[in-house]
Amino acid sequence: MAESIKAPLIRLEKRGENGLNPAAVWGIRLGSIAAALLLGCVAILLTGNNPIKAYGTMINGALGTAVYRQQTIKRAIPLLGCALAIAPCFKMRFWNIGAEGQITAGALAATFVARTCTGKLPSLPLLLLMALAAMVLGGLWGLIPGFFKAKWNTNETLFTLMMNYIIIGVVAWLQAGPWEAKQGRIAHFEEAAELPLVAGIHCGWIIVLALVLFMHVYMRHTKHGYEIAVIGDSLRTAQYAGMNVGRIMMRTMFLSGAISGLVGFIIASGTSHTLSREIAGGVGFTSITVAWLSQLNAFAMVAISLLLGILSKGAATLQTVMNVPVAISDIITGLLLFCMLGSEFFINYRLILRKKRGGKEARK
Amino acid sequence: MTDVLNSLILLLVAAIAYGTPLLFGTLGEILTEKSGNLNLGVEGIMFMGGAIGLGGMFYFEKLTGITSYPLAVLIALLAAFLAGALASLIFSFLTITLRTSQNVTGLALAIFGTGVGQFAGEMMRIRVGGYVSLSLELTNALPASPFPQALQDIPYIGKLLFGNSIFFYLGILAAVLMHLFLKKTRKGLYLRAVGENPSTADSAGISVTRYKYLATVVGGGLSAIGGVVYIITTAGCTWNNEGLSGVGWLAVALVIFCLWRPLSALWGSVLFGALMILYMRLQLPFIPTELYKILPYVVTVIVLILSSLRNNKEKQPPEGLGLAYFREDR
Repeated sequence: MAESIKAPLIRLEKRGENGLNPAAVWGIRLGSIAAALLLGCVAILLTGNNPIKAYGTMINGALGTAVYRQQTIKRAIPLLGCALAIAPCFKMRFWNIGAEGQITAGALAATFVARTCTGKLPSLPLLLLMALAAMVLGGLWGLIPGFFKAKWNTNETLFTLMMNYIIIGVVAWLQAGPWEAKQGRIAHFEEAAELPLVAGIHCGWIIVLALVLFMHVYMRHTKHGYEIAVIGDSLRTAQYAGMNVGRIMMRTMFLSGAISGLVGFIIASGTSHTLSREIAGGVGFTSITVAWLSQLNAFAMVAISLLLGILSKGAATLQTVMNVPVAISDIITGLLLFCMLGSEFFINYRLILRKKRGGKEARK
Repeated sequence: MTDVLNSLILLLVAAIAYGTPLLFGTLGEILTEKSGNLNLGVEGIMFMGGAIGLGGMFYFEKLTGITSYPLAVLIALLAAFLAGALASLIFSFLTITLRTSQNVTGLALAIFGTGVGQFAGEMMRIRVGGYVSLSLELTNALPASPFPQALQDIPYIGKLLFGNSIFFYLGILAAVLMHLFLKKTRKGLYLRAVGENPSTADSAGISVTRYKYLATVVGGGLSAIGGVVYIITTAGCTWNNEGLSGVGWLAVALVIFCLWRPLSALWGSVLFGALMILYMRLQLPFIPTELYKILPYVVTVIVLILSSLRNNKEKQPPEGLGLAYFREDR
């Protein structure tokens, strides 16, 4: 240290109290989204297609006609719901990546109710019962890893992930065995067990928009939300303040799983009208991106879930029209996340280049 | 009696074939975690390694017309390693230099890598207009044993000791070398110091950044080799979008199971390989196949719970695991 009077080429400085103004912060974030889309061009170029044409095809395929727009929104609904479910877990630094399984568990419970109660109940109570069952099973599926984390600090990342494979295996068994209708498929629901359409789209969109308000109030204006935030910032502070951290974790995981389960019900009853092992279809993972890109802000999630809905629907069109593999949407999703994560650094720190003449100055 | 013994040996040989990809995935992640970096992107890294390793072998054979076993092995290892190293370089740059959360960055890499792997695999399929597969000669030779038939014909032990693919022996070599590196060399000691307590290591004049970068990049490369080994030994040298799914996550779980010890990864991966194929080899009339298939995941959950119960100081993760190190924050 003694002889290093030379200043380093690049120095970092934490931005002070006032930091960047909000406009610049959002400028950097939008810039990072643009950077990710630019990087996505590389992948499209590799397929021998024109990136501008490809993005045009994607936007057209996602928003071009009223039907396309409806399909895009249908893809955004579960993403939004599931991102809302994940947000409180991530807020308390509980890495729940089991949303995929919690969705599947919810769909499984909803399907069970639909199979046993259709014909015995009118449509509305039947749907409510399906939703309730989905929330209970989804919640329990989230509670199990939450319980072990609270009790013995068991690694929740891998636990929640393994729970995905387990429940998907159970559905695969039901699909090929006890519940099989024909050719390894489960029969479609009766009309009474399907979500009614509102404005051309199943009414799941109303449910998730209501959830946006609920989660906003829950996270920002309730004691529960405050406790979650404290645990996320500093576990020790929470313990010192006398919070029952284990109980809060279990409660939050149940809530998170229950909302994911509700999303499973919405997918099963609103979109697929049946149960299959692919029912969650990666929503549980993509919604992690939605939650994180939105900085866990419930209102921002509406916009980001629409963006990723456009991406996913657009990629499906791109595959049929230009023969670009649909996995392009995963690549761009990953890139979005990388760029967004990286951009936070430039929001929190200032880079100071070494001045040409001042290089020999002693460090302060 | 001989029948039981024979089927047991067959089971073990198959378990080794399924365990070898896990072995590489786990070894890579052990090296990464020893530096204090928790890279959850192994799933994505193995997808990339699988697709790009296969692509390397396929295009080499197609463009040059040379069908050579040693060259194919070399290209598979090299292409997969480079793909994994590149992916881990992104992870390292984000977490070490730009100080992002290791968990979220790892998840992003898992999504990104899975996408890149499937994209590359699908792209090759579209270009070729059908299945991407190597020549029959290579498809047969690659997963087979590199040893002469005479050695493999030794009763009982021949098949077990000499009947595996070359990748298993390379995996053993990698595990032994990593063990020696971590336990017997000064650099290995430094690496462990960085993972246990980076600020102490920094005070001692060890470059924390350099060790973290190197360990993570090399570890990612090793994990990626697991991807291409999976394609060769168990997927018949063809690409399948779903084939690799879950293997990378099992590898991350195995690291905990093996207590961050490279040598334990050897038997740990064979054990998990056995769990993965048990449903094919040992059919039980009262368990449906689809439920039997989730056995490795159920066992992983049990392992996770049991390993969180133990309090032995020798059996803990590196102390600085998952925590970012900023000199200025001290």
